Amino acid sequence: MIFLDLFLTFFKIGAFTFGGGYAMLPLIQADVLAKGWMANEKIINFIAVSESTPGPFAINMSTYVGMEMGSSYFGVLGGLFGAFCATLGVVLPSFIIILLVARAYAKFKTNKIVNGCMNGLKPAVIGLIATAVVSIGKTVFIPNGLSVDVLKSVGFYMSLVTFALMLVLTFEKKHPILIICLSAAIGIAAGYGFGM
Amino acid sequence: MKTLLTLFATFFKIGAFTFGGGYAMIPLIQREVSEKRKWITDDDIFEIIAIAESTPGPIAINSATFVGYKVAGFWGSFFSTLGVVLPSFVIIIAISFVLAEFESLKAVQYAFNGIRAGVLALVVKAWWSMYKKCPKNVFSYILAAASFVVAAFLGVNVLLVVVGCAVAGLTYSLIAARRADK
Repeated sequence: MIFLDLFLTFFKIGAFTFGGGYAMLPLIQADVLAKGWMANEKIINFIAVSESTPGPFAINMSTYVGMEMGSSYFGVLGGLFGAFCATLGVVLPSFIIILLVARAYAKFKTNKIVNGCMNGLKPAVIGLIATAVVSIGKTVFIPNGLSVDVLKSVGFYMSLVTFALMLVLTFEKKHPILIICLSAAIGIAAGYGFGM
Repeated sequence: MKTLLTLFATFFKIGAFTFGGGYAMIPLIQREVSEKRKWITDDDIFEIIAIAESTPGPIAINSATFVGYKVAGFWGSFFSTLGVVLPSFVIIIAISFVLAEFESLKAVQYAFNGIRAGVLALVVKAWWSMYKKCPKNVFSYILAAASFVVAAFLGVNVLLVVVGCAVAGLTYSLIAARRADK
């Protein structure tokens, strides 16, 4: 049952993401790719959409995956219900946990067990986002796998130049929407210019 | 009833006007919830960030639920959370129709070829910001490197990595605390 599967998958993602935002990316990639719900390329494209639309990444992503999966089985209504199930799933763990914590947050904050776990979870997030970087890097630079042909492809050099340029701009604190617009412009120019 | 509606409207506005989510939302929450409505104090905002960081889930949901609960109990958190989620939900459903329509266009595919390289840069930046907030000691470096290697190259389940690191962190702090006692 796709709807239950969507709910449970995103419930699990919501329950195990610490740190918010992109910390969720490796979990989403792991599940959504493993289940064959979406290609990595499509997930990365959607990160750009999520950056350019309001709202938290987690909600945007769960709504989108739910909509796509639901509608692929049951049309538009299925899509709406799929989006509802996935979004409810991702929201529910936070909601329940905060309700429990809010009653006694002074105790929670100084709790040794919570703080001890956080000592391990912070580095875990660093390692896991690095995993997402590798997986996105593969899709961006070597979409057809690693071979000597890579060095002959225009796409590879276009991606390399775009990545380097955008990396500089993002560390210069330029807005993500500007980064996305500029990358899109380079993509379009390279596509028509070199007939990729 | 009026409080619940105001909570809903306030968080709807926060959800509708925050791009990028997460920490980008904090200044807006501060302005709307503490400066304008005086529901909570600026100190509470720091509490919320600390709690959001040590509980699972998106920061936006954590803060909406927390503020709502402080102001009006369970229904307060229900309406705040609904408010913060709704704008994204509606916008993304609308966008998914547009994406499905335009995805097959050559120009859009070219654009996304470039965009994916830009997204890689954004994620590298996000990684760097998280890195700066991480405790700087040998234990965290080893744990970060180990989670990277097992998740990226050995295909170990991500949830297992999260749980394993939490247990490792807890064990490490307990040992450190015991040593400090002696």
